[in-house]
Amino acid sequence: MDTRRGALAVPKVRRVGFFTSIEPPPESSQRPNRSQSGPVEATTSSSPLSNSPSGNLISPVLIPPSRHHSDNLTTRVAAAAPVPVPGPAAFRRYLAQDRSLLHVGSYNPPDSLLGTSTPSSNGEFSEDSASLFGFQRSDSTKLSASFPNGGFDLTLAVRAPQESETKIATASASEGKKKIAKVSGKSESVTTKPQKEKEQKALKDKTTKAERRAIQEAQRAAKAAAKGEGSRRADESGRANPGKATKKPQPKKERLPVTSSVSEKTAVAVEKEKRMDVPQTLMQYDDRSRVDKAKRRAVVEQTESKNKVELFLHLPQYERGNQLPNLSSNFFTLDSIHHAVYKVGLQHLAGDISGDNARCIAMLQAFQEAIEDYITPPMKDLTMDLTTKINGYVSFLIECRPLSMSMGNAIRFLKNQIRKLPVNLSESEAKISLCSDIGRFIDEKIILADKAIVQHAVTKIRDGEVLLTYGFSCVVEMILLYAHEIGKKFRVVIVDSRPNLEGQKLLRRLVTRGLDCTYTHINAISYIMREATRVFLGASSIFSNGTLYARVGTACIAMVANAFSVPVIVCCEAYKFHERVLLDSICSNELGDPDAVANIPSFRTNAKHSKTINNNKNLQFLNLMYDSTPSEYISMIVSDYGMIPPTSIPVIVREYRREHLLL
Amino acid sequence: MWRRSPSFILDERRSSNSPPMADTTRGPFQNSDSISAYYQTRAAHHGVITSDWLAQAQAAVGGVSGEEQSLSSDNQLGTEKSFNVIEEFNNWRKQPDLAEAVAAIRALAAVIRASEASTMMELEIELKKASDTLKSWDKTSISLTAGCDLFIRYVTRTSALEYEDFNSAKSRLLERAEKFGEISCKARRIIAMLSQDFIFDGCTILVHGLSRVVLEILKTAAQNNKLFRVLCTEGRPDGTGVLLSSELSKLDIPVKLLLDSAVAYSMDEVDMVFFGADGVVESGGIINMMGTYQIALVAHSMNKPVYVAAESYKFARLYPLDQKDMAPALRPIEFGVKIPTKVEVERSARDYTPPQYLTLLFTDLGVLSPSVVSDELIQLYL
Repeated sequence: MDTRRGALAVPKVRRVGFFTSIEPPPESSQRPNRSQSGPVEATTSSSPLSNSPSGNLISPVLIPPSRHHSDNLTTRVAAAAPVPVPGPAAFRRYLAQDRSLLHVGSYNPPDSLLGTSTPSSNGEFSEDSASLFGFQRSDSTKLSASFPNGGFDLTLAVRAPQESETKIATASASEGKKKIAKVSGKSESVTTKPQKEKEQKALKDKTTKAERRAIQEAQRAAKAAAKGEGSRRADESGRANPGKATKKPQPKKERLPVTSSVSEKTAVAVEKEKRMDVPQTLMQYDDRSRVDKAKRRAVVEQTESKNKVELFLHLPQYERGNQLPNLSSNFFTLDSIHHAVYKVGLQHLAGDISGDNARCIAMLQAFQEAIEDYITPPMKDLTMDLTTKINGYVSFLIECRPLSMSMGNAIRFLKNQIRKLPVNLSESEAKISLCSDIGRFIDEKIILADKAIVQHAVTKIRDGEVLLTYGFSCVVEMILLYAHEIGKKFRVVIVDSRPNLEGQKLLRRLVTRGLDCTYTHINAISYIMREATRVFLGASSIFSNGTLYARVGTACIAMVANAFSVPVIVCCEAYKFHERVLLDSICSNELGDPDAVANIPSFRTNAKHSKTINNNKNLQFLNLMYDSTPSEYISMIVSDYGMIPPTSIPVIVREYRREHLLL
Repeated sequence: MWRRSPSFILDERRSSNSPPMADTTRGPFQNSDSISAYYQTRAAHHGVITSDWLAQAQAAVGGVSGEEQSLSSDNQLGTEKSFNVIEEFNNWRKQPDLAEAVAAIRALAAVIRASEASTMMELEIELKKASDTLKSWDKTSISLTAGCDLFIRYVTRTSALEYEDFNSAKSRLLERAEKFGEISCKARRIIAMLSQDFIFDGCTILVHGLSRVVLEILKTAAQNNKLFRVLCTEGRPDGTGVLLSSELSKLDIPVKLLLDSAVAYSMDEVDMVFFGADGVVESGGIINMMGTYQIALVAHSMNKPVYVAAESYKFARLYPLDQKDMAPALRPIEFGVKIPTKVEVERSARDYTPPQYLTLLFTDLGVLSPSVVSDELIQLYL
């Protein structure tokens, strides 16, 4: 671990605030140092990853310690195939002596099949790598899942490009060292040479890691340079090319039926359940190794945006919209993703569905459809396989657009429902029960909850009041319309903000129904707040400490309202309550399209202006989607459980979490 | 609040042109029915009698009795039964030490006892009807409403419905009803015991309003040989402070009477502030006698702890957002001089104190921070 100490010796100066993302000289010089510690992490984490794709698709961060894995491994291998296996002690000795030797192990049941299929299909599929992402992802995960010893590529599976990893994984699984050499020799790509070198060096000693790292760094730097130069389109193609060169898709045929026994499965299930109980940690997108890993699994090809703000590097930074044509062309070659889910994913990506409730309902309905069409593969357990499938869908949806908190809750509900299915249920019965459960969730937790909220909130509207609302929230819209229907006399002030201008939608709907409205932008909030007597806000989520997580700008409204001592009423369904605690809006947020912020109509007309804006290294655009409002600015939360103070969120979460999950 | 909007001021003028006219004709003191029953009960209990009030009371009694008769006749028409909740309730209410809510609980228990229903459902409906009658008798009393609701919750939320035999189920309900009545009666003692830890020797306590719980607390403290001083606000217009100070002086507790307007002046010598409560609302705030809010504000700004003593049957599922967001309890106010008819008089008898100005609540459930009230309410009602 001397490498780690070396990394620590050079302190990393973290600059806070907004600055350009050009590679700074001190960092680049320090990179190799850091990289040494990188692979170690990667190796330890990569192995369990492949053991349970389902658990990791969502949270690649939760990883059991590696020793645990190695212990399991031997037993599992023994269970899988009666091949002579070195005992755990011997295994550990291997580990201690030389990690790089590990992949030599030749005790693998699916030997022959793999060996024959690999080279031939390679050629077939290497043509259109872009469209193959779907296959690739599913293959690699399934492949690694099907191999109990998928994690054998301990040292080689480090942050190398995908090709090297998958290939070596299969190779090591199928044959010995020689075979690796042969396979890599066969592949015609440019990377063959470094690949060979790497291998040889890997066998020699640990320092090779650093060198391999260096090669990767060089490749990445080249990529970055290519990206930096051209316009977006150019940069896209630039990205695609290295992708094509480096990434060799795994052919379909390699997907093998699982040969493992039932007992092993249950063990895995128990482990998975344990892992599911642990609260999920958020993926940090400034953690390179994990991002790379996630990207290898990705269905959607994401273009990293060139516009990065230092403070928000941990959030997914992808450009929006440009993946869409690519994805929609893939629509008919779907494999792992059900078409309904795919459709919803595309809708999320394109922004056709917005609003938390709408997104959640669309997702659940897509799952419903997917479950209806689901057929349990032979030799598989419905509970296990369906959970894996759902995990796949969820990770696809995440790639399209980060999930909202409420969607996370809904998914948790669904998985719990799957897990709790009685064993003696037939497949069709199970499917029917799951579908009805989902339907019930939509009805009770979203639609009926909204009605209950409307009933509660209307009692707080008196005649002659001025209600202020921000942006667009469907619950608030329902409240206003209902209050108008039952004959309350009030006026509405709609506050809106760029770039989404969602308030216009609300304005249009209210005005057509004959409500008295005032429309203004958030800039005028301190003026208009004088008139307001109540502020009604929607929510994306409310956390245990009462923090409101909602459309960016909400915090500003709430604070101004508080300063004017106008009561702030938040309308939020109870299924959006989250047991986590949120202190700021930096840790957890979503980045929108930065161009939307940059795109100011008056600026666009002036060519000179647009030029200075587009290619300015000192300028970043930050388009945050959410912000958090501390609980002291909230007077009341209206949920389906009645009107409660923000301090009571943990009570609801505590009392009803179980019921939530049980429904 | 909406008057702050200039446009609405205009609207208000236009729309409210007629109401002031009506007001002048009616006069603030002439209509007895605008004085809330809640206030009448209070006055009767505390024996607050002013010259004006006497006249008002006479008129009010006539009005209320008439109302009562109509109610009871309604009852008789509906059920053809001699039993009347209101009568029962009024009987209980005559005991000076019995809180209104406890009287209501006793009355409701009597309803169960006298019921001739033969099924659980019937009994429940009867109980519901009785509690609705009680609640409509005085809509402004929070503790009455809350007490009735809590009783119904407490009684019907049992496994009684699982008993096959109706009579055993009914006796079980009665048992629970008795138990609930007992708990409510003991509540004051429990609170007095709990609060003893907070009163230390040599402290000065500011008290506003005449609360039987607070009086019990102070009595207990005096019995425990604690040395403390009490400042009583005058409590216009009922003179609650005068009554309390005379009670305390009987117990040999050093007591000083203040004008209501002298609270901020004497706040620096105060160590803690004690309030009773008419109702504890879901946010953890309290609804109490007029003046509580401003004293709490003063205490908060001077960093003095504010303690509220309230029995748990006063917990109500209300959530006022501001002062005007609740049913007003009106009362007559005597100024001693003649007020011109054009002058409006604020006659509301109570205000709402938001939870951020309260330190702790002493209840029979324990010493709670304001945010726990909602916790308890959620567990009770949902």
